[in-house]
Amino acid sequence: MIKFFVNGEPVQFANDPDTPLLWVLRDNLGLVGTKFGCGRAQCGACTVHIAGEAERSCSIKVSAVAGKNVNTIEGLTPSNPVVKAVKAAWVDKDVVQCGYCQPGQIMSAVALLAKNKAPTDAQIDDAMEGNLCRCGTYPRIREAVKTAAASLGGKR
Amino acid sequence: MIKSPKPVTTRRAFLKSAAAVSGALVIGFWLPEKGGRAWAQGTPKPVHPNAFLRIGKDGTVTVIVKHLEFGQGVTTSLPMLIAEELECDWTKVKAELAPAGPEFANLAFGMQGTGGSSSVSNSWEQFRTVGAQARTMLVSAAAAQWKVKPEACKADKGFVTGPGGKKASYGQLAEAAAKMPVPEKVALKAPKDWKLIGKATKRIDSQEKVDAKTVFGMDVKRPNLHVALVLHPPVFGARVAGINAEKVKGVAGVTHVVEISGGVAVVGKSFWAAKKGRDALEVQWDTPEALKVSSDKLTAQYKELAKQPGPSAKKAADPNAIKTAAKTVSAEYEFPFLAHAPMEPLNCTVEFRGAEAEIWAGSQFQMMDQGAAAKVFGLAPEKVKLHTMAAGGGFGRRANPVSDYIVEACEIAKEIKVPVKLIWTREDDIKGGFYRPAYVHRVEAGIDAKGKVVGWNHAIVGQSIIAGTPFEGFLVKNGIDDTSVEGVADSPYDLANLDVTLHTTKSAIPSLWWRSVGHTHTAFVMETMVDELAAAAGQDPVAFRKVLLAKHPRHVATLELAAAKAGWGKPLPKGRARGIAVHESFGSVCAQVAEISIEGGAVKVHRVVAALDCGVVVNPLTVEAQVQSAIVYGLSAVLQSEITLKDGQVQQSNFHNYGVLRINETPKIEVHLVASTLDKPTGVGEPGTPPVGPAVANAVAALTGKRPRVLPLGKTKWA
Ligand code: FES
Ligand code: FES
Repeated sequence: MIKFFVNGEPVQFANDPDTPLLWVLRDNLGLVGTKFGCGRAQCGACTVHIAGEAERSCSIKVSAVAGKNVNTIEGLTPSNPVVKAVKAAWVDKDVVQCGYCQPGQIMSAVALLAKNKAPTDAQIDDAMEGNLCRCGTYPRIREAVKTAAASLGGKR
Repeated sequence: MIKSPKPVTTRRAFLKSAAAVSGALVIGFWLPEKGGRAWAQGTPKPVHPNAFLRIGKDGTVTVIVKHLEFGQGVTTSLPMLIAEELECDWTKVKAELAPAGPEFANLAFGMQGTGGSSSVSNSWEQFRTVGAQARTMLVSAAAAQWKVKPEACKADKGFVTGPGGKKASYGQLAEAAAKMPVPEKVALKAPKDWKLIGKATKRIDSQEKVDAKTVFGMDVKRPNLHVALVLHPPVFGARVAGINAEKVKGVAGVTHVVEISGGVAVVGKSFWAAKKGRDALEVQWDTPEALKVSSDKLTAQYKELAKQPGPSAKKAADPNAIKTAAKTVSAEYEFPFLAHAPMEPLNCTVEFRGAEAEIWAGSQFQMMDQGAAAKVFGLAPEKVKLHTMAAGGGFGRRANPVSDYIVEACEIAKEIKVPVKLIWTREDDIKGGFYRPAYVHRVEAGIDAKGKVVGWNHAIVGQSIIAGTPFEGFLVKNGIDDTSVEGVADSPYDLANLDVTLHTTKSAIPSLWWRSVGHTHTAFVMETMVDELAAAAGQDPVAFRKVLLAKHPRHVATLELAAAKAGWGKPLPKGRARGIAVHESFGSVCAQVAEISIEGGAVKVHRVVAALDCGVVVNPLTVEAQVQSAIVYGLSAVLQSEITLKDGQVQQSNFHNYGVLRINETPKIEVHLVASTLDKPTGVGEPGTPPVGPAVANAVAALTGKRPRVLPLGKTKWA
């Protein structure tokens, strides 16, 4: 039995401990905001937060999060200033296209801005390069991250 | 991503729904001819509840979008067309994806389908007409209530106002309006009166996508839903010779192992159970030698074929004219197979209940998929309900005339009789075929002393995308698949004695249209050859093109805009160079200037400036987004992506070896829209893809003196 927390709620999982966290979230907990894109830490669609870090849930065994808290896109606190700024910038810059990669993009952007309110272009690239977008929303993602940073008072 | 056959001439009729939802104004629509006939026998009936528009009592306007939303923004742009004429409150507009149904035909195809960059252009008249009809009915209803002439009333922002300060909301009027006759003829607004069309309008699906509330096919939840994975043959066309499921039995959560036409399915209670079950499955395959194709051998064969005489797609008046050329340039080009790799892996959820079935899928071809499913079940198509789900990209992959993964899911569901979601892993997707076919081009072109093109011999070798599909009748003429030669045989350049031959090859590797179809390779060849000829003539590439395009003002204007915005001709820092290309596809003209450098032997693209003439611009924000998208998608293929085969096996499997562009590799992209002379919209989703490859290649040539002719460019070390 593996015990951990998802979005602050206690969770128990009694099946195969090798099950990737992604599929526990999606199939067992019904949290389908975290997406499957590649299954081998190549695309970032499955990005969640563990201890404040953006992590690829497809490549983490559920056994590895025993005792930890996992935050998913559903668990982002709407009133959190970083979350608010990122989502508002995403809407303002009309970033989304198909939207499938976007939960992962937002999780990576939130993790970045929570730590660094004034990222450089290179730091943005660095934080976001693990998140693929086949629709090519990258130009607007860059703009939105900068807009969010500016609204959080980040100066550079 | 299909090129439209000849537009189907339909005598369209708009009818009021016979059984309107109470309290709602519903505009139904049927196709009495051609497009509709196959499905609607006898007297055409008004369609219900499949309608384009619902106005609720609270004034909410729900537009039923007949096209798949898979990124292109059609759930914003199509409602804009209706709202423009309806004069409703834009903030109260919602969009809903239409299910499979003949009334949702793409008017350019004569069947339901999203592709060919046609979503807005084919709906242009239709959706505005629906809006105008509904507005007329709302006004009539108000006029009748107030006992005044309709002409004395006005519709604006969701209200009808009348003499003496009378005012009623659309919500209040909807029920009465539904009983009004549907006007046969409505006048559409003049462009000067447009309030929405042409205005930068934010997508209406942003918030739900940002909140991860959008339900993609992958996210469908049903009671007792099982998950199926399919073990496909390792070599295209191989057949199951034996199955050993012994080890699968030990995997917890696996419920079924089923042989289907395309392989062997393993079904489980969860994705992970099915995945582990599939990993444990042993299958022997019957693989005839002939199927063990290798890319390098294929390319060698294609190159040989290109030298042989072949079926003609266009005949030169004088095939010997090239012999009089002052200078000739000849070149051979190689294009690999390409996978679409949409971000959301392919999936399909099916509930088969014996006498009927229900399907959830992000489909570009709803009715074809519905028909294919019905065939599997032995049911009439109307017994199969297909829900169109939001799709995480598609780029042509979800528009498959053979409905491959839909059929797989249905075969499994039919066998196991429990609700099932088929999921393709990324490996299944990359290895699964339905690729943009590999092609070889061989060109010899000559100019006279003044730089005028006197002869152009062009041979194309590759598989047909269309042969063997229901589109063959429209698009393959005398053995020439139009999609293999589009962009060459119909080149707008003034090329004396253009001669085009096409060798259509056959293989077991399934092929499919991939964002911009034939233009993915033809634009590259045309635009790099023209560039080479300009260099051979000692002329500036822009000036040289303008002379050859003298009869095509849209091309010239687009080329000039891109060149001007990019600072064409202005000096660049050392180690940088620019290249330009212009190409027409899907009715639109796109020109691009790419600025590149070479870093560590690889091409780095710093900036792409695009100009687009797409006729009337409905939503500049989504047009800009689509051009950015098309450029990123095109650049992925130009720089990185490639499917290769060795002894019949695909050598790539996931994004670590099937490279696609990441944010750190994405250039600055600027999009400029040409003030078009057209009075209707033309394609947007695809025309941005073709020019980026040749623009980059021409920049590489300008910098290095070497002409890229083998794709992707990442295969070559540049210096
Ligand atoms: S699904 Fe986890 S990184 Fe792609
Ligand atoms: S928005 Fe479609 S993959 Fe990113």
